[in-house]
Amino acid sequence: MSESTPGAIMRPDGVEGVIADWSSDQRAFKKVPWGKAMMWIFLLSDTFIFGCFLLSYMTVRMSTTVPWPPVSDIFALSLGGEPIPLILIAIMTFVLITSSGTMVLAVNYGYRRDRAKTVLYLIITAIFGATFVGMQAFEWTKLIMDGVRPWGNPFGAAQFGSSFFMITGFHGFHVSVGVLFLILIARKVWKGEFDNETRGFFTSQKGRYEIVETLGLYWHFVDLVWVFIFAFFYLW
Amino acid sequence: MAIVDSPVVQDIPAAEVPDPNEDLYHAKSWVTKYLFCQDAKVIAIQYSCTALGIGLLGLVLSWVMRLQLGFPEVFSFIEPAHYYQFITMHGMIMVIYLLTALFLGGFGNYLIPLMLGARDMVFPYVNMLSYWVYLLAVLVLIASFFVPGGPTGAGWTLYPPQAILSGTPGSDGGIILMLVSLSLFIVGFTMGGLNYVVTVLQARTRGMTLMRMPLTIWGIFTATVHALLAFPALFVGAIMMTLDRLLETSFFMPVISEMGEILSYEGGSPLLFQHLFWFFGHPEVYIVALPAFGIVSDLLSVHARRHVFGYRMMVWAIVIIGALSFIVWAHHMYVSGMNPWFGFFFATTTLIIAVPTALKVYNWTLTLWRANIRLTLPMLFGLAFIITFVNGGITGLFLGNVAIDVPLSDTLFVVAHFHMVMGIAPILVVFGAIYHWYPLMTGRMLDEGLGKFHFWVTFLGSYIIYLPMHYLGFIGVPRRYFEMGETTFIPESAQDLNAFMTIVTLIVGFAQLVFLYNLITSRKNGVEAGPNPWKATSLEWQTAKTPPEHGNFGKTLPVVYRWAYAYGLPNAAQDFVPQNLPPELVATHVGNQVPDTDGES
Repeated sequence: MSESTPGAIMRPDGVEGVIADWSSDQRAFKKVPWGKAMMWIFLLSDTFIFGCFLLSYMTVRMSTTVPWPPVSDIFALSLGGEPIPLILIAIMTFVLITSSGTMVLAVNYGYRRDRAKTVLYLIITAIFGATFVGMQAFEWTKLIMDGVRPWGNPFGAAQFGSSFFMITGFHGFHVSVGVLFLILIARKVWKGEFDNETRGFFTSQKGRYEIVETLGLYWHFVDLVWVFIFAFFYLW
Repeated sequence: MAIVDSPVVQDIPAAEVPDPNEDLYHAKSWVTKYLFCQDAKVIAIQYSCTALGIGLLGLVLSWVMRLQLGFPEVFSFIEPAHYYQFITMHGMIMVIYLLTALFLGGFGNYLIPLMLGARDMVFPYVNMLSYWVYLLAVLVLIASFFVPGGPTGAGWTLYPPQAILSGTPGSDGGIILMLVSLSLFIVGFTMGGLNYVVTVLQARTRGMTLMRMPLTIWGIFTATVHALLAFPALFVGAIMMTLDRLLETSFFMPVISEMGEILSYEGGSPLLFQHLFWFFGHPEVYIVALPAFGIVSDLLSVHARRHVFGYRMMVWAIVIIGALSFIVWAHHMYVSGMNPWFGFFFATTTLIIAVPTALKVYNWTLTLWRANIRLTLPMLFGLAFIITFVNGGITGLFLGNVAIDVPLSDTLFVVAHFHMVMGIAPILVVFGAIYHWYPLMTGRMLDEGLGKFHFWVTFLGSYIIYLPMHYLGFIGVPRRYFEMGETTFIPESAQDLNAFMTIVTLIVGFAQLVFLYNLITSRKNGVEAGPNPWKATSLEWQTAKTPPEHGNFGKTLPVVYRWAYAYGLPNAAQDFVPQNLPPELVATHVGNQVPDTDGES
């Protein structure tokens, strides 16, 4: 610490510093805005939800006596008459991971108060997200055409369809909500509501550019969860 | 000055964040002030009234159940199906919609901002939504009484496969509405819970370090963190069971036949539901117990004029109990068919929880040691809690052991155990807390005479009900039976005991109506309380007005200089020092006399 501002807390190094931060007055996490702290804690709770979903999926996959359907055949897509396994899901994963990159750019430009670029990257992120949901809808349609239902399918254990539709559906719902908020926040940035501290219509709270970062946390989380769903459903 | 200063003495740093007073939403109309209100105090009262209202339904259901058990074949309107529905709804209502909502939504909302010196919760709008989603959950729950087939009768644990098979009462609409209501409750709770946690972590006033927070806040905070991590398992279980019921997926349903006909389910795991349910269900016990632990510590301290013995130990005990409670869930499943090694593991972790819990009981006792005990209503309820909690805890040691649990499973011994430890004990704290904080919420005291009547009937009555119930369980009377019928091992006199318990239940139930009457009439007729009737140190009693108005603390936020337990200064005019009293004013406050120290803390 080169110079100390009046009233600033001298932070000891190492573990002691962490303890001092945690137990000090006013804030346990210094310089973390309320919204960001809330999002982290919400994501922790949401992690437990997805964790329970995935553990349940593994349990039913092991408890069922019927063989699991051959996933690499089911998830293959015929391009030019040749079935290519995992091609659709590879593209979907690529799209979603790319959207995390554009989200990072949006956060960065938000903190630079570059409204136009922030809006641009928020919208691009939203488009990637919507593309992902659209491709998921395509995949669902294809599976349903092949006869996969939540209560059964012609390829093997009924739990395949039930867990697949439930977990990807729950994740797709998360992505859709994210897209909705991306558009809403983009609109707020476009209208300059974070620059002139306009109060929100519902909450009557002032908005700040930190909201972009908070939304980014959510978006990266949804992305990370997808990696696990991808691994457990498509590669196992 | 050991009593006056908190263990950590340091300068009060300047404000790190600006006072959010200007950011508060100030209500402009009756609707936004009292109905769709963003003030945590109003939300707390909305939560409390709704919880007490639905709790009254749970109470009435228990009367009907007891009537059937005490006088079988007398009340022809109670059919077996009804009995199972009432038992299910009684359990669900009391555990989730009453106790969880009241401790966290009610006391949490009221006390967290006030005790920490905050203007309001950090996200008042989300906080408001939390209540309305909770109300919706309660309405859906009530609606299940009116659908064809009635509410579910699957038992509050909702174990599949029976919960969704047509032989169980309420398998048409009742079970679906139950699961929907639970999911809504969890969504609503999450909105509130995020508020409570972030407010505790990020919105305390200057000088309010974590180790100066009253134990009430520690209890509510830890319980909320718990709930945020435990409810997801129930949420996932509820969604999967809804799908099993509606779309005939087979998450929990094995191959099974019904009325001689093989159903379309196959390959699911009923045990999976039990794991999900109890991964939520056991922490749920502590979601109810930890706020009670915290609140009772404060009640004892204020009304015995003595600092809490071993404050740091108490905080760590709360946190350790919280952490341990996530790795004990399968002790509810000893008879489900588990690898014996798992039983061994879970029995060990279960018994380890007794260590920090016993530590708390010792510390409560030592808080009272040589203290200036005043037998006010909150103190009476606090004392009753300690005794009841010890009773319920000791039977928990029996049930935590696999070898003793197996023969006692599904007997009334289990029912008596959990009613003592997580029914009676926390509700005694709820009553004590209401007698304690009612003057703050309304500006008037509750009637002392009616309160004493309420206390003695409730306290003695619950022992007269549940001590015989332990005995009945020990001789093998099963739980959840509509009628005992003819058995060779249960003596006929057991029925006499059942009839006796039913009569006492009705008397104790009547005492609760007296309490409700007291709550309602004292609002207008109670004695004026004044600003700080109990001479307490914590911030909620140091507000500019009683009851505190919107924004809680008038123009400036309080600054905290010490812990919340500066009580019992000997030979002083005022035997307590509020948390926000500047050090230079302490001498004037206590009567121009440097207080003696008793050499502790």
